[in-house]
Amino acid sequence: MTKPFIQISGLSKRFPGANGGEPLTVFENANFSIEKGEFVCIIGHSGCGKSTIMNILAGLDTPTDGGVIMGGKEISGPSLERGVVFQNYSLLPWLSALKNVTFGVRARHPDWSRAQVFEHSQKYLEMVGLTGGAEHRKPAQLSGGMRQRVSIARAFAIRPELLLLDEPFGALDALTRGTIQDELTRIWSGSEQTVFMITHDVDEAILLADRILLMTNGPFARVAESVVIDIPRPRERAEIIHQPAYYKIRNHLVEFLARRSKQLSGVRDHGGEPPVTVRPGAEDPDEQERRPASRPQLVSVAS
Amino acid sequence: MNGIALSDNTKAFLLSIALLVAMLGIWELATPAVKSAGELTEYEMLTGGGGEQARVPPPSQVIEKAVKELSNPFYDNGPNDKGIGIQLAYSLYRVLSGYFLAALIAIPIGFLIGMSPIAYKALDPFIQVLRPISPLAWMPLALFVIKDSQASAIFVIFICSIWPMLINTAFGVANVRKDWVNVAKTHELGQLKTAFLVILPAAAPTILTGMRISIGIAWLVIVAAEMLVGGTGIGYYVWNEWNNLDLTSVIFSILMIGIVGMMLDTVFAYIQRAVQFQE
Repeated sequence: MTKPFIQISGLSKRFPGANGGEPLTVFENANFSIEKGEFVCIIGHSGCGKSTIMNILAGLDTPTDGGVIMGGKEISGPSLERGVVFQNYSLLPWLSALKNVTFGVRARHPDWSRAQVFEHSQKYLEMVGLTGGAEHRKPAQLSGGMRQRVSIARAFAIRPELLLLDEPFGALDALTRGTIQDELTRIWSGSEQTVFMITHDVDEAILLADRILLMTNGPFARVAESVVIDIPRPRERAEIIHQPAYYKIRNHLVEFLARRSKQLSGVRDHGGEPPVTVRPGAEDPDEQERRPASRPQLVSVAS
Repeated sequence: MNGIALSDNTKAFLLSIALLVAMLGIWELATPAVKSAGELTEYEMLTGGGGEQARVPPPSQVIEKAVKELSNPFYDNGPNDKGIGIQLAYSLYRVLSGYFLAALIAIPIGFLIGMSPIAYKALDPFIQVLRPISPLAWMPLALFVIKDSQASAIFVIFICSIWPMLINTAFGVANVRKDWVNVAKTHELGQLKTAFLVILPAAAPTILTGMRISIGIAWLVIVAAEMLVGGTGIGYYVWNEWNNLDLTSVIFSILMIGIVGMMLDTVFAYIQRAVQFQE
């Protein structure tokens, strides 16, 4: 059996209790893996520690126990191999959109010439639709959607092995969110990018993900289920809702979040078993055997 | 309404002019004309009374003086008679050398203090004690140690401009948004690159605020310092003209101090705008 691209094993996070009391365990003994090229979303209620998991993957936070192995190496700090798109965009406000992207590209390729860096950055800004002078504006002069596009361009432009998206569309209105989701799918399907994304939006997760990890409520949260999205790609927002599997998956997710995330929570010292794989969208029992979930042929336009 | 629409700026400008004319007019009328020699009593003639030197001069005389001084600002007729331009240049030289020496020390140290909470806590008591000391209180000590009045004046400027810059730099650096530092981390920037590419531009507006406060204080202090050390400079000039009882020159130099101070502030306001960013 080949090793998965990213293996999260025995991951726990505890915070020391107030006044020396019992420590607060956010999540405990989390075990799951991510394959190369997979798009994985993680959903859970606030406080279940999904942002902490993401920060540990980014190398910005350290687990109390356990660890993460990516590509055969343990994650011990931030790296350019793991690009992050933060919820609040985290653009540097004193730099123009273009300079924000060149900032990342220059860090990734210190040996590149100025023209090379510029050309590469420009290409990724075009990919997210930021052209015609908008790339020379400062973040404060751009709308929320445009800022998140710049942030996505910056992350994609450094071509990390793993892309971490922390609720990237959380602060956007529904219409803008839809447009950028489409753009993200388009850019992603042209790359072989592995993506790990936090979201609160069930529909967004079904549209984008190959697999959705469901977390129970904290404290003592755990990754309870791994829901495979058996909906063929390319997916489109307008089309996907007519897929027979769509509502089966959606109902399963909503049911979990509304009820079972609470029922399953608070289990201490569980055995650390990996999440149960569920395929609510599978058409017939034979489908269950097919692994991994069907994906279209990947064609790289970047590079 | 009456066909002519004036912009707010024009209105404000016209109002300023009106206020200036009104103030000068009241001042002019409030200063009584000098009686001619024929009207003086015998006592007044004996005491030299009624001499114009002893009165607050009317604005017309100050303007006359200003035109005369400013048309030849750089003449030098020995130690006690130098043009206003030379005096101001001496003061500016002292202010700027003390100020930039202070910036050279305050900004890097402020940076370190801002980056390290331990250094911040360790140095804070010293800063809190040294900061409220009037810069002129250092003068005797400076004169004794340095044994040079010029360098002592520069030292006094140095010591008064260092605190706002130090405190603002430390504050600005310590309060850089964590998100931006995380951006630097996820891009694997080294400490030096993080400092120059992320923290410095992020803290620049706060640092410039400190620099602007400092230059203002330095210009306030130089006048007092030069009154003490003497020799040259605008502060010495004011005091010297007071000893000469030439109030016209005193008022003229007060105005010049204000104008130069305003120009210094304008320069820093301009730089501050250049590094300002909108979040």
